[in-house]
This record gives sequence, structure tokens and C-alpha cells, in this order.
Amino acid sequence: VFEVTIEELNPEPLAEWVRQDDDGAGVVFVGVVRNNSKGKKVSHLIYDAYGDMACRQLQEVGREIRERWEVGRIAISHRIGRLLVGEKSVVIAVSAPHRKEAFSACAYAIDRIKEIVPIWKQEVGEDGAVWVGV
Amino acid sequence: MRINVKLFAIFRDIVGQPEVELELREGGTVGEAWERLKGEHGRLAGAVAAVLFAVNKEIVEPEFSLHEGDEVAFLPPVSGGGGV
Repeated sequence: VFEVTIEELNPEPLAEWVRQDDDGAGVVFVGVVRNNSKGKKVSHLIYDAYGDMACRQLQEVGREIRERWEVGRIAISHRIGRLLVGEKSVVIAVSAPHRKEAFSACAYAIDRIKEIVPIWKQEVGEDGAVWVGV
Repeated sequence: MRINVKLFAIFRDIVGQPEVELELREGGTVGEAWERLKGEHGRLAGAVAAVLFAVNKEIVEPEFSLHEGDEVAFLPPVSGGGGV
């Protein structure tokens, strides 16, 4: 599963989807909207995406993971649109025969999302709205 | 030839629309298209530390030659993921 969605994210179905009988480990990462950034209050975030390409790049992240570790299934779901503090922005679920690979793959996935997947975050707070990372 | 370019995030805010049409010479490069748009919208120049070019949803170098009908996008530095 590699998707970009405007719907609320639910980690449970993804955690269940990656589970397989020959995998002894499942790691789920959940990214959540925080109420502050660099000491400033954040009221909400707006995520923008180049939708089709973002899906392709999420698949590319999956391919890169398989080149590096022996893993079972990989699921990445990224939400876009307007997200309030506490809402889930990204869910990554990876299963693997052993925990080390599952942890490594999950950490790698979130790092790569921030590098090669065309999704942009705008923080809206006290000082107005700022695109992050530019 | 006429090329349509998709704009996202800060680029869309600066230009004020999600897509623009640019007139380029035949075989013009994606880098030339970027220079053209920067000429029309000066604020693009200093807006980001780097820009990535995508043609038909693949990242390409600035020297990549465009053809009529290509899906072109100018991408600001990405910033997805969670609050981490």
C-alpha cells in the first residue's frame, strides 16, 4: 500500500495488512502534527502534494527498502490537506522476519519521504503561514 | 512550443496559480523554462535554496529537453512526513 489521501489516517488496518505468518516483527511509525515548531505555536498544518508523483515516489522508497533489508510487506500512507494538532500525517508499517530489519526499514522510510517525495508542509501559527524547508 | 508547468506550495503562492503555460523554443530545456518563469516572477529567484525539475513525474536534470505535451513540474524542497 502506497497512498496519498485526504482522509483521516488509521494505523490499525495497515498494521494488520503488513502482518504475515512468516514475519515475526511489525513496526508502525505514526507522524503526528505537533503544536509547536522552533519555539513557535502551530495551530494547524497544510500539506500539499504532487499527488501522482508522490505515489510513485512512495513506491520508490519501498523499492529502496527492499534493496537494503529483507522485509515482508511495506505500507505507507501520507495524508494531505488541512491537519489539526494531534492528527496523523503519515503512517508507515513494515513487517519483517526479525525486528532489526523492520525498525531500520521504517526509520529509512520516513527519512526518504522527507527527501524524495513531493509533499510540502505549511505551518500556520501566530506569525502567519510558512512553507517548511524552503 | 507551448509547455504547461505545474506549480506547488510556495511556487504556486508566488505565481498565484497552480499551472502556467510557457512559450519555449523547440527542444528547449526544463532549465530554460525555469529561467523564463523566474523572469516573469522575480520573487521565485530567492524563494528557495534549490528547485527540482520533474518531467512526466520523473526527476530530471536542468538540461533535459522538453517536448510538446510533456508534464512538467517545478518542485520546491520537499517537507512531508510527520512532526519529526
